[in-house]
Amino acid sequence: MIDFNDKVIKQFTIATIFWGIIGMLVGVFIAAQLAWPALNFDIPWLTYSRLRPLHTNAVIFAFGGNALIGTSLYVAQRTCQVKLFSNSLASVVFWGYQLVIVGAVLTLPFGYTQSKEYAELIWPLDVLLTVVWVLYAVVYFGTIATRTVKHIYVANWFYAAFIITIALLHIVNNLAIPVNWHLSYPIFSGAVDALTQWWYGHNAVGFFLTAGFLGMMYYFVPKQAGRPVYSYRLSIVHFWALVSTYMWAGPHHLHYTSLPDWAQSLGMVFSLILLAPSWGGMINGMMTLSGAWDKLRSDPIIKMMIVALSFYGMSTFEGPMMSIKTVNALSHYTDWGIGHVHSGALGWVALMTMASMYTLVPRLWGRDGMYSTHLINVHFWIATLGIVLYIASMWIAGVMQGLMWREVDANGSLVYSHVESIEATYPYYVIRVIGGLLFLVGAVIQAYNTWKTIKGHQSATAQSTEVVGAKA
Amino acid sequence: MSNFWHWTVITVVVLHLVAYLWLLFSTAKIKTEKQDDNTTGHVWDEDLTELDHPMPRWWLWLFVITIIFAGIYLYLYPGLGNYKGSKEWTSINRFEANYAAVSDARDKSFAGFINKPIDALIQDDQAMMIGQRIFANHCAQCHASDAQGNVGFPNLTDDDWNWGGEHSDIVTSITNGRMGVMPAFAPALGEDGTKQVAAYVRSMSGIEHDATLAAEGEAKFGMFCAACHGVDGKGQHLFGAPNLTDDIWLYGSDAIIETALYEGLSGNMPSQQGILDENRIKLVAAYVYSLSNK
Repeated sequence: MIDFNDKVIKQFTIATIFWGIIGMLVGVFIAAQLAWPALNFDIPWLTYSRLRPLHTNAVIFAFGGNALIGTSLYVAQRTCQVKLFSNSLASVVFWGYQLVIVGAVLTLPFGYTQSKEYAELIWPLDVLLTVVWVLYAVVYFGTIATRTVKHIYVANWFYAAFIITIALLHIVNNLAIPVNWHLSYPIFSGAVDALTQWWYGHNAVGFFLTAGFLGMMYYFVPKQAGRPVYSYRLSIVHFWALVSTYMWAGPHHLHYTSLPDWAQSLGMVFSLILLAPSWGGMINGMMTLSGAWDKLRSDPIIKMMIVALSFYGMSTFEGPMMSIKTVNALSHYTDWGIGHVHSGALGWVALMTMASMYTLVPRLWGRDGMYSTHLINVHFWIATLGIVLYIASMWIAGVMQGLMWREVDANGSLVYSHVESIEATYPYYVIRVIGGLLFLVGAVIQAYNTWKTIKGHQSATAQSTEVVGAKA
Repeated sequence: MSNFWHWTVITVVVLHLVAYLWLLFSTAKIKTEKQDDNTTGHVWDEDLTELDHPMPRWWLWLFVITIIFAGIYLYLYPGLGNYKGSKEWTSINRFEANYAAVSDARDKSFAGFINKPIDALIQDDQAMMIGQRIFANHCAQCHASDAQGNVGFPNLTDDDWNWGGEHSDIVTSITNGRMGVMPAFAPALGEDGTKQVAAYVRSMSGIEHDATLAAEGEAKFGMFCAACHGVDGKGQHLFGAPNLTDDIWLYGSDAIIETALYEGLSGNMPSQQGILDENRIKLVAAYVYSLSNK
């Protein structure tokens, strides 16, 4: 028997569920502030501007990050059939990573920020995160290097790309000269700084929110379905094409700005090329179910995974379309962008994480299945409804805003003022709050179900045989 | 960009496009040790295996089409280093062409009313509608969408004008901006003097004040304040010095008067020149003028 380190995986799992609820709660609150601005109560650290970076950092890096680090160390141990490279380092990675998150909670609401989107953390936290990340890489790659299995499983290629690239992105985009303990100035300036920022920003999407979660998908979907991965060749091509193409895509965030036209064009054409490599992952995940489609009826975890893959396919179609300059001229700066991000973030990242947690938790705590399959099903439907409300309202709002802002009458005058577009958006902001709230309720249901599972309770309705694949 | 970067960009882009095709065709051809069950024969974690299906044909075509599209696009549009693209398209030209189309339409529609005298202009519904939209987009952020202002931002719907309320005055305010400066009088007045003058200022508008203090403040007002606000306190448009006798207060009538006297105050109306053209400034000024003159 291999002495797998499941303690640290359990810690990451609980942290994932905990930070997920915190991050989504902040998200629902700031969504409500956009509909009803009085909710900032005139308290500076409760204002939208301070809490929005807290929301993004919490859901991406705290919820998503804990899920990725935890599952990657679990998957590496299982697919390499070896214990973790170092248990003590793994523990340092866990606590160090939580320290970075707590640091974010204690700085962002109080206005300590670098003002770079998705890279708001002040320089001391950036340094701490760099150290933690390098230690994480040591643990992960050390485990891969000491494997007892000849071939490296596909999930690990994606986790590896995620770990290496995030290190590169984080370090380059945060190169800055500190002035005091919380203030620093970036070494880049002007359009170069903007391009560096969006090279980072879009690759955070590409490697954190895509490659990392594809790694998760490649382990947990075949595991839960009990079916082989659909195509080995497809996984090779879409892996290399995906990781090489994402590097180019950043400039599509800077269409029609002072970024030179040639860089904008390259950002656009490579974003379009990104469609096929992205869909390669979706096809491989969905087709893994071929021969087991009946599980879509019986297993809500499989349902959640397939819906997650569908949202992945949808948002990776939408993204390349939005990168086309003509479309971008309409969609840029509107709520369409927010809708797009959330179809990926809620639909793909969060649903895949939640489904993987449902697969993982019973295995980690040695249970036959989750406490309640019925509650997983309830979670699935509430979350899916929430996502649909969220993204549909933001699509409508975004397209409406884009059209209102550019509408010029025959006399050459703008038809609408900006404030009229905000007024028109109000009902969609309210629908968005409802969508987000539903999604949050789903996360709370999962936390309850997880708690009961860990405590070892068995619900009367638990149909354990359906949930369990092969127990590790 | 320099020749070096020009060729570097071209080389990297072309190599990447070619590499996709190489990746597609070489992977399609690799030989695996295909098993009877169509898997690759590798097993991980007890039950994880991979099938050896070929890549879906439609997906391969989708991939190839996007690569071909990239080639065509980079021939037509700028992208390959300094190469301008066969259409010689630039975003700045595109912007200028769009802008010219809009401003031509605008000039035509403006021609009908822009040179009317101001009293006729404010009766022109179309002119006022356009003026209102310009106001909503460029002025309402500070002066509020009903133009009634906010603390520090003047109400534009009353008859009280710090810098003059004629149409030409308003045009000047919008075009060049205004910088209102109330200097600090702490060194001259001291704390007691500040209280006395503040009481006198309140008395001029007939609002609640300490009569003894106000009487002591009158002479000091004449000495220090009258130069800008006038002996009668009715203000002067030349300096943007507010009328202090009409009970209309830009910053309020409470302790802020003492603060203003002691520490000074400054207000800034930013210049709109370069943001709005001459005709649009004339129109939005007419709209503002109409709010108190219709």
